[in-house]
Amino acid sequence: MDVEILSRLQFAGTIMFHYLFPPLSIGLGLQLFLCELAYFRTRNPAWEAAARFWTRVFAVNFAMGVATGIVMEFEFGTNWAAYSRFVGDVFGSALAAEGIFAFFLESGFLAVLVFGWDRVGPRMHLFSTLMVFLGSMFSAVWIVIANSWQQTPAGYHIVWQDVQGELIPRAEVTSFWGMVFNPSSVDRLTHTLIGAFVLGAFFVASVCSYYLLKNKHQEVAKRCLSIALPTAMAFTLLAAITGHDSAKKLVETQPAKLAAMEAHFHTSDEPTGLTLFGWPDAESETIHFGVTVPYLLSLMVYNDPTKPVPAMDQIPEDERPPVWLPFQTFHLMVGLGTMMIGVAALACLFWYRGIYGQSRWLMWAIVFMPVAAMTANQAGWITAEVGRQPWIVYPSVQDGVEMMGLRTADGLSESVTAEQVLSSIILFGIIYSMLFAVWVFVLNNKIQHGPESAEELTEYKRNLESDSMSKNFARSGKLLGGDMMDEGTR
Amino acid sequence: MSYDLLTFIWFVLLGALLVGYAILDGFDLGVGILHPFIAKDDRERRLVMNSIGPLWDGNEVWLVTFGGALFAAFPVAYATVFSSFYLAFFLLLTCLIGRAVSLEFRSKVHSAAWRKVWDIGFFLSSFTAAFLLGVAGGNIMSGMELGPKYVYEGGLLSQVYWYPLLVGCLTVSLFALHGAIYLYLKTEHELQARVRRAISPLFYTFALLYVFVSLATWWHVPHATENIASYPVLWIVPALNALAVLNIPRAMHLGKPGYAFFTSSMVIAALATLFSVAIYPNFMLSTIDLSYSVTLENARSSVGTLQTMLIIAVIGIPCVLSYTVIIYWIFRGKVTLDKNSY
Ligand code: HDD
Ligand code: HEM
Ligand code: HEM
Repeated sequence: MDVEILSRLQFAGTIMFHYLFPPLSIGLGLQLFLCELAYFRTRNPAWEAAARFWTRVFAVNFAMGVATGIVMEFEFGTNWAAYSRFVGDVFGSALAAEGIFAFFLESGFLAVLVFGWDRVGPRMHLFSTLMVFLGSMFSAVWIVIANSWQQTPAGYHIVWQDVQGELIPRAEVTSFWGMVFNPSSVDRLTHTLIGAFVLGAFFVASVCSYYLLKNKHQEVAKRCLSIALPTAMAFTLLAAITGHDSAKKLVETQPAKLAAMEAHFHTSDEPTGLTLFGWPDAESETIHFGVTVPYLLSLMVYNDPTKPVPAMDQIPEDERPPVWLPFQTFHLMVGLGTMMIGVAALACLFWYRGIYGQSRWLMWAIVFMPVAAMTANQAGWITAEVGRQPWIVYPSVQDGVEMMGLRTADGLSESVTAEQVLSSIILFGIIYSMLFAVWVFVLNNKIQHGPESAEELTEYKRNLESDSMSKNFARSGKLLGGDMMDEGTR
Repeated sequence: MSYDLLTFIWFVLLGALLVGYAILDGFDLGVGILHPFIAKDDRERRLVMNSIGPLWDGNEVWLVTFGGALFAAFPVAYATVFSSFYLAFFLLLTCLIGRAVSLEFRSKVHSAAWRKVWDIGFFLSSFTAAFLLGVAGGNIMSGMELGPKYVYEGGLLSQVYWYPLLVGCLTVSLFALHGAIYLYLKTEHELQARVRRAISPLFYTFALLYVFVSLATWWHVPHATENIASYPVLWIVPALNALAVLNIPRAMHLGKPGYAFFTSSMVIAALATLFSVAIYPNFMLSTIDLSYSVTLENARSSVGTLQTMLIIAVIGIPCVLSYTVIIYWIFRGKVTLDKNSY
């Protein structure tokens, strides 16, 4: 296999692995903040127990996000050196801004969030939670801006640099804000964040429904559900709306991607239908076993059922992305999204009627919803990224001038060999599989252990207080919190 | 502001990020290196880990931001250096991952075997990370086999020879010493006494390696001293560095561990500064042909980007410093274990 395929595989694998964690951090961050806000306003210890519990889950997840994120940051340089030279002037500032504005904020206040429960007051703690939540959103902001720029570049021009006698192109920023607010960044950012909120809400709802099913931790579970179910409902709806907006934009910015997502091979004067499912075949340019609703794609894209949508045949042959994968992942995402809207709506309805706790099948359905939300998130990215091929930086038109793009094949590191990439893929394959197993194991442990009850928590805090009064006599490293201290359960 | 001045400012800022990283994560790595030798039982192991518990993640962000800033300010240097160190950096990443998860997962399960595995992971990843950072530094210092168009022609094997390995040993001993002083500040009683006994041997090891590396650099990397020779004021840096090194045992002897910690931080800062002075104005010197080198001038971004980034830095740095201070303040004092600890 050649370096290109291997590097693409490696990037896809490592980023998809990284992307298991950030959306949960972002989404859970919101739920955590809401729980803690509820505690802050009511001072009810059950809310505090809930917030402390979600903090522990959050911390495990966050550590994985951090561990896998650094790999991403290095990988641009290690595997995509030519790409890095081409986009560095543009892309680098987004990454640096991410470090300065987002990661410092997150990691700093994370310390207070996780370790500070018994050290700072509730106000400071709430503030730290908010900062961690904002920080995780900021990191999504900058990285999605960077990614959107490579999909729909703006605010730059191409400069030819003389490198030892040969002219080599690179993109240079002409307008920072033009770069930041490129045609797709706002749409994609809102959609990505909402996708994360969907996951977070369903995650909380899932764990709590599981407790209800097992007759454990009822009080905490019910409280959290009263937040998680409505937010799940709201964000699944918003995901569909913002996703629809993203799709509409594609007709102008990335028609090839849209054609691939819809397996739309032939342009005609007739209105375009929407294929609900099928098995596209790029060789013969047909869809096997397809079910198509007439007019629908035209209607969705142009708000006009009769206007035809351009198809893949408008794209030069060597600039066409793969079709099968974007088609399937896109339909998977939309299908799951639609299903989640249904499930969330039903759950909310049952909740407000007070019969949620009796319908075991619905609770079991909710228990498995995080898998659907995670799959939708991953599938969405595969659609977006594979649909971008063969470009690593899309060609674009700036003020009427056509700008060159960069092909994925030209973005590689010249000095890296296939063996090197292969060995790092194997290394990381092993490490990541082990990490994943450990993560699932520990997360499951946390969930099985569950939150403390309100009484346990009150007791623990009372012990803590008496300990700190006798602190002057205490030995270093004495376990604060007395016997209540179940060591290392955080 | 002129293009050259901006370029220089960014070189200095990157140096500052690197110094920040080395000082802060230096003690984390050092604590990891000492962990199996200093702590005798499970409670002590947890104390040692929790001494850096709330801090290590924030410290690592200095490296992340260094990477991002290098990408933005000197994309060519970022691309060339990172792809040249392909395998070495993947090993480094493995270590950083290993450390993060060892800290996070160790105390989650009540099983001696489970904890043992993560203890070993914590030690190995901290040790190797410190070593690799030194090896990379040593290679950059002495120049690398960079061919035309910034394509690196060596491989992993051309990066492991005596000089970088020696520098690797130096960073390990330096971080271990730095970490020991930090632990001394954070612990009490028997644990602290054990840390105290480790400091002197660590210091002598470091001092010896320091002398070796200085001589080796003088002999093996002639260009390193050229900048100092052309700006004699710069002699202040190595002079202060040597004084700072000597000041560590003195401060410990006087019973001022805080001062000793400050001094070891200064030693790290001075070494990093010496490193920057020595490589200036190159990021990567080509040992094949000088004209192939990656320099400040051919690696930098456009004026516009450097300016925007400077604005970002001017807004960002005070924020970062203020909450770094707040967090270190909240977690000041001796380490204790509670329900939230690792
Ligand atoms: C829970 C997650 C989730 C759900 C329910 C949906 N999406 Fe999505 N989608 C994402 C999570 C996501 C994502 C992971 O966040 C992506 C990947 C890249 C991006 O910008 O957002 C994405 C990308 C993405 C794109 C590609 C954007 C581009 O490449 O520029 C389109 C067109 C849609 N989505 C459309 C939809 C529609 C019509 C949905 C209807 C239900 C939908 N999404 C549900
Ligand atoms: C927002 C930050 C992201 C950036 C800057 C980014 C950038 C890149 C780059 C440089 C490549 C390699 C070159 C190429 O194959 O085109 C790539 C490929 C890929 N990425 Fe992304 N990516 C981002 C997010 C994601 C996420 C979150 C996922 C999935 C969860 C993802 C999925 C993929 C896949 C599947 C490929 C392989 C596509 C192919 O080679 O056919 N990306 N991305
Ligand atoms: C290829 C692009 C990416 C790079 C280079 C990257 C880089 C990183 C790095 C270095 C960290 C660790 C920060 C720390 O030490 O605290 C991290 C964590 C994080 N990243 Fe990524 N990342 C990428 C893709 C994404 C995407 C697509 C998102 C979200 C939409 C995202 C959101 C986050 C968040 C929220 C964290 C905090 C840790 C966590 O939540 O688990 N990242 N990332």
